[in-house]
Amino acid sequence: MAASANKLPETDAPIKLSADHVGMVFQRDGKTTQVLRDVNLQVAPGEFVCILGPSGCGKSTLLSTMAGFLSPSSGEVKIDGELVTGPSPRRIFVFQERGVFPWLTVEGNIAFGLFKLSRLERDRRIAYYVKLVGLEGFEKAYPSELSGGMKQRLEVARALAVNPDMLFLDEPFGALDSITRLTMRRELLRIWEAERNTIIFVTHDIDEAVQLADRVAVMSDRPATIQQIVTIDIPHPRDLSSPRYLELRNGIFDQLGLAHKV
Amino acid sequence: MQLSLNSFLPLSLRVRLRPIAFIAALLIAWQIAVSRSPVHILPGPSEVVGGIVDLIRHGLLLKYIVASLFRVTWGFLLAACLAIPIGLHVGWHRRAEMALNPLIQIFRPISPLAWIPIAILWLGVGDLSSIFLIFLGCFFPLLLTAINAVQNVPAVHANVARNFGLSPAAVVYRVLYPAVVPQLIVGLRITLGVAWLVVVAAEMIAVNSGLGFLIVDARNAGNRYDLVVAGMVIIGLIGLLLDLGMRSLERVKSLRWSYSED
Ligand SMILES: Nc1ncnc2c1ncn2[C@@H]1O[C@H](COP(=O)(O)OP(=O)(O)OP(=O)(O)O)[C@@H](O)[C@H]1O
Ligand SMILES: [Mg+2]
Repeated sequence: MAASANKLPETDAPIKLSADHVGMVFQRDGKTTQVLRDVNLQVAPGEFVCILGPSGCGKSTLLSTMAGFLSPSSGEVKIDGELVTGPSPRRIFVFQERGVFPWLTVEGNIAFGLFKLSRLERDRRIAYYVKLVGLEGFEKAYPSELSGGMKQRLEVARALAVNPDMLFLDEPFGALDSITRLTMRRELLRIWEAERNTIIFVTHDIDEAVQLADRVAVMSDRPATIQQIVTIDIPHPRDLSSPRYLELRNGIFDQLGLAHKV
Repeated sequence: MQLSLNSFLPLSLRVRLRPIAFIAALLIAWQIAVSRSPVHILPGPSEVVGGIVDLIRHGLLLKYIVASLFRVTWGFLLAACLAIPIGLHVGWHRRAEMALNPLIQIFRPISPLAWIPIAILWLGVGDLSSIFLIFLGCFFPLLLTAINAVQNVPAVHANVARNFGLSPAAVVYRVLYPAVVPQLIVGLRITLGVAWLVVVAAEMIAVNSGLGFLIVDARNAGNRYDLVVAGMVIIGLIGLLLDLGMRSLERVKSLRWSYSED
């Protein structure tokens, strides 16, 4: 079992993102709920980290905090050594719910963040990312004319088009069927290998985490904290029936206290 | 007969002809019922057509239609130009909504017709007071539509806009505005119907031209019930045309998105 402390393996490696003692308390109707408690995580540039945890434990909350949409009740998040105080086009969040704009075409959606570029450069990027996510021929289509998987790819394309150094993906494939989900994972890895952004990917699917990530941060129930970080030391493309894959996967199953039988 | 007609006409045309056939049947039934009735309780269709021809011959029909449409246009446009921007702002800022909501809820249930005496007191008998009444009839429904429309914009959309670094002004015209347009169009369509209802009522009291005036005047000046019903028919037909016009707006592709979405 490749478990390590909540630190990167090599201590002198550069750090893209670091969350230190992040805590989050929500107040609603006079009731306070502690959602996050002392979360610590460090991510290296170009790394693919999955945050794995049961539904409702606070994964989206943690991701929103890291992206700057929420400010933590305690602790801090730093990116490139600077305190995160709000969202930025340098790091794009792909939302769990449908985030594409239904009133814009595929092209219009991809161009959404490109308003500072010249027309020529904008068209070049649109063409490039339409191709990258395999939406050729749908440039003029509206999201209502696309399948769920195509909408997700569109949202990823819109995020990549602004050349962010980081992507925050919140269960981006959660609403898709299992076959499409598998294809989308392969596509995402292909894109990541081409672009090498730092990716933080939230999921509640153990297999998804082990298939994608360099490291998997396993969260506990609420108040959530990172109970373990598992390094997935299998090179891509990963063989889903290799003993090492099954070993890592079963390890996380045990970690989450799940039975191996249904 | 039915069978041969069916085989000659394409399905879409047959579906469209159905309401026309139904109306024709009703007209025939109306004519028969009136001609058999011993007492004269309603003019028959032929008399009504005669009344309309009479109006055209005296040059009154066009004059009255134009007068009514003129008032509706101004009252409706004024209300739209004021209520929509105010509603969008109020809906966007929760505090403004909480402050204004009680006031809106008090004014809203007051029928615009209850304002007739005050309208005459302030603006005299004439175009201005009926425009004012139409304005009142449209203002509150449009205000509420706009407030609701903003509040229904998913938070995801606003967050995406923040993420891509849009200025607050750009958030309004690139996200907020397109997101509310479909709901606004529905609201405008319903409100135009209200405006058409109010103008007829207002013209019965506050002016001496227009289709509402025609109806009152025809009764007062010699119980010309053929003209009364002619006025009603014209009002109905114009209302139908206004609604068809607004509906065609809903079919504009870039505005239509929400209607085709799940
Ligand atoms: N703005 C808020 N105010 C109050 N409570 C909140 C707020 N946002 C989230 N919560 C609570 O925090 C907890 C964690 O929510 P969160 O959305 O982060 O979970 P999650 O792990 O992403 O779940 P899922 O896998 O279902 O998406 C939930 O119990 C939720 O009710
Ligand atoms: Mg979530």
